[in-house]
Amino acid sequence: MATEVGPTSVKAPASGGAPIHHAPKGVGEDNRIATQGRWAAWLLAPTIVALSVVIVYPIITAIVMSFQKDAGVDASGFFVEGGPAGFSNYVNWIFQQCPAPGGGTVDCPPGTLGAQFWSATGTTFFFTIVTVTLETVLGFWMAVIMARAFRGRSLVRAAVLVPWAIPTAVTAKLWLFIFAFEGIGNKLFNTSVLWTGSEWPARWAVIIADVWKTTPFMALLILAGLQMIPAEVYEAAKVDGASAWQRFRMITLPLVKPALMVAILFRTLDALRMFDLPYILTGGANNTTTLSILVINQIRQGFNAAAALSTITFIIIFLVAFIFVRFLGANVVEQQTGAGKGKK
Amino acid sequence: MKTRNFLLPVATAGILAITLSACGGGGGGTTGGNDAASQGLDGRGPITYVQGKDNSNVVRPLIEKWNAAHPNEKVTFKEQTDQADQQHDDLVQHFQAKDPGYDVASVDVVWTAEFAAKGWLQPLKDKMALDTSALLKPTVEAASYKGTLFAAPESSDGGILYYRKDLVPTPPKTWDEMMSMCSVAKAHNIGCYSGQFKKYEGLTVNASEAINSAGGAVLDKDGKPSLNTPEAKAGLENLAKAYADGSIPKEAITFQEEESRQAFQDGKLLFLRNWPYVYNLATTEGSSKVKNVLGMTALPGKAGPGASSLGGHSAGISVYSKNKATAVDFLKFLTTEETQKFFATQGSLAPVIGKLYDDKDLVAKLPYLPVLKTSIENAVPRPVTPYYPAVTKAIQENAYSAIKGEKTVDAALSDMQKSIESASAGQ
Repeated sequence: MATEVGPTSVKAPASGGAPIHHAPKGVGEDNRIATQGRWAAWLLAPTIVALSVVIVYPIITAIVMSFQKDAGVDASGFFVEGGPAGFSNYVNWIFQQCPAPGGGTVDCPPGTLGAQFWSATGTTFFFTIVTVTLETVLGFWMAVIMARAFRGRSLVRAAVLVPWAIPTAVTAKLWLFIFAFEGIGNKLFNTSVLWTGSEWPARWAVIIADVWKTTPFMALLILAGLQMIPAEVYEAAKVDGASAWQRFRMITLPLVKPALMVAILFRTLDALRMFDLPYILTGGANNTTTLSILVINQIRQGFNAAAALSTITFIIIFLVAFIFVRFLGANVVEQQTGAGKGKK
Repeated sequence: MKTRNFLLPVATAGILAITLSACGGGGGGTTGGNDAASQGLDGRGPITYVQGKDNSNVVRPLIEKWNAAHPNEKVTFKEQTDQADQQHDDLVQHFQAKDPGYDVASVDVVWTAEFAAKGWLQPLKDKMALDTSALLKPTVEAASYKGTLFAAPESSDGGILYYRKDLVPTPPKTWDEMMSMCSVAKAHNIGCYSGQFKKYEGLTVNASEAINSAGGAVLDKDGKPSLNTPEAKAGLENLAKAYADGSIPKEAITFQEEESRQAFQDGKLLFLRNWPYVYNLATTEGSSKVKNVLGMTALPGKAGPGASSLGGHSAGISVYSKNKATAVDFLKFLTTEETQKFFATQGSLAPVIGKLYDDKDLVAKLPYLPVLKTSIENAVPRPVTPYYPAVTKAIQENAYSAIKGEKTVDAALSDMQKSIESASAGQ
């Protein structure tokens, strides 16, 4: 937990920073530091402007929009602007309250998007947990194989990347053909499963396609972590008589953990936004509607409620990322310094 | 000191971002169209025509022809993707930005009401009026909103019932007749009937057809949902019953147009509801097993031909166009007999002019035209409502459950009714 972050950040001022700052008390030195600071700020400014334009601005706009009502049709049949909405868009999603014909709200009837919010949230987390678990296990296994030296290793590494290189929409189409009723999936196993037409098969169809596609990504990230472990460590362990399992548990796992946590974090955030696969495979039918699909469907019906929903989605993903970084020690930024220190 | 120096550029950046977002804040406005609708009516000059992917190369030759005749009012073709959803979103974005560069746009029949209600389409009345007397009535209705024409019907489409001539010598006229013929299918060990029942737009088409053919309606004349009726119930129940007793094979709930066509072509179905494009493929593709036994007839209804859902596109003029006089001329050009004939021969697009369906040369080339005419004449536009995206979702969600038997037909219809009511109760 905190031990990962602690040493590096606490050490920094004590070891490196402090002496240089305060030892030479010359006026010129002070000035130079000030100039450097100003320079740094100006050099950073373009990046900050760019980030503001592409990140801060859309987020603020989305939040502003989410407090506006969607346009509705007036008596003459034309759309008029909705005006301020307060929290009604958020209430629509979280408490599943939809506008009632006579004014006020009712429980969202099945068939409205509002009625699908919690099931979509559940589906999204279900997919995330199952796919990331499977991908981590399979990815680890693939990485361990690829890390060994054998003939044709580079070929295997390249081949493994193929599913990852195919655009997701194309992957989804491929699997749609495989999972069709007359498709090769049913032919091969001589079954007649309605893969995209019933609840559990539809879910497994999405999971299988996703695992097929993104395991290579996991494998490569983990492979990068494995290769940073020096061979001498293993040799030493062997000399000391550690079994293969012990070497894996006591050396590989702890040393690969930083890379592994980053890989899991990336995949989790990615999976929480899953859209193309279920959208193309099932159209969101049979309980495969994820939050992203719900957002896209809502955009067609009204931007402002969609803005509220994407803000909610943003907060959910943000919280998950926060939990990862804060409590599970996924350390994206300082990973390199940490690893470097570990080597020394 | 140091912090202040550092903060200055950051603050500049922050202010810039806030200014930007303030500019964007007003973007949601939708009523600006009404002033724009009275401007540029006499404007002449170059215009742009926006349409989805021109797969069979129909639009370019037409535009070349127009440009040769109108050197000062040239039309530029802006081609969108071939995905209907993306075309819709692209149009919405450009209309919202009041882009004067999208002068004439090809609008799917189901988007017309939404775009018209947003004030994005130029009403085609007074100076801008079009003569629609020669056009098929359902196509004109589908291009109108609240009694005003908002777009020029450009191409049409209707459902056709394909059947196996070798197995059923006389095609069924009503749904009940068709169901009684399912014993034939059973005897030959094939599926009886299929349409498109995957949860997507095609399901809306099929479910509304079932409801309309049984004498019901999704929306009444005032645009209010009217699904709690015995007719609507009878319609949806037809589908649910047929699925439950196996007349509609169970895999049909995964079918879109192509899957259902494939099943029929492989000889696995007795009856298929699909669009006219199937004719060409089913009679020419080498793998087709129904090449010589393909029959076509109107969709079965309650006592006669059923009510097909109407497909097709209309051409609308953006209220933000600066050259509307040219645009209207271009719409008239699109609906001339000559252009419509070209659409039919070159692109297999169903004409909007009734007369052309009896044209001998055309019928020789496209033998399904007489059947299609009956289909379109009896067609009912899919619910004409500015809330179409919500309405179609409500239909899909509930019809899917009802057909699969997860919900009773009564419950599905009542949920549909409530969902549509809620969608239009926004104000």
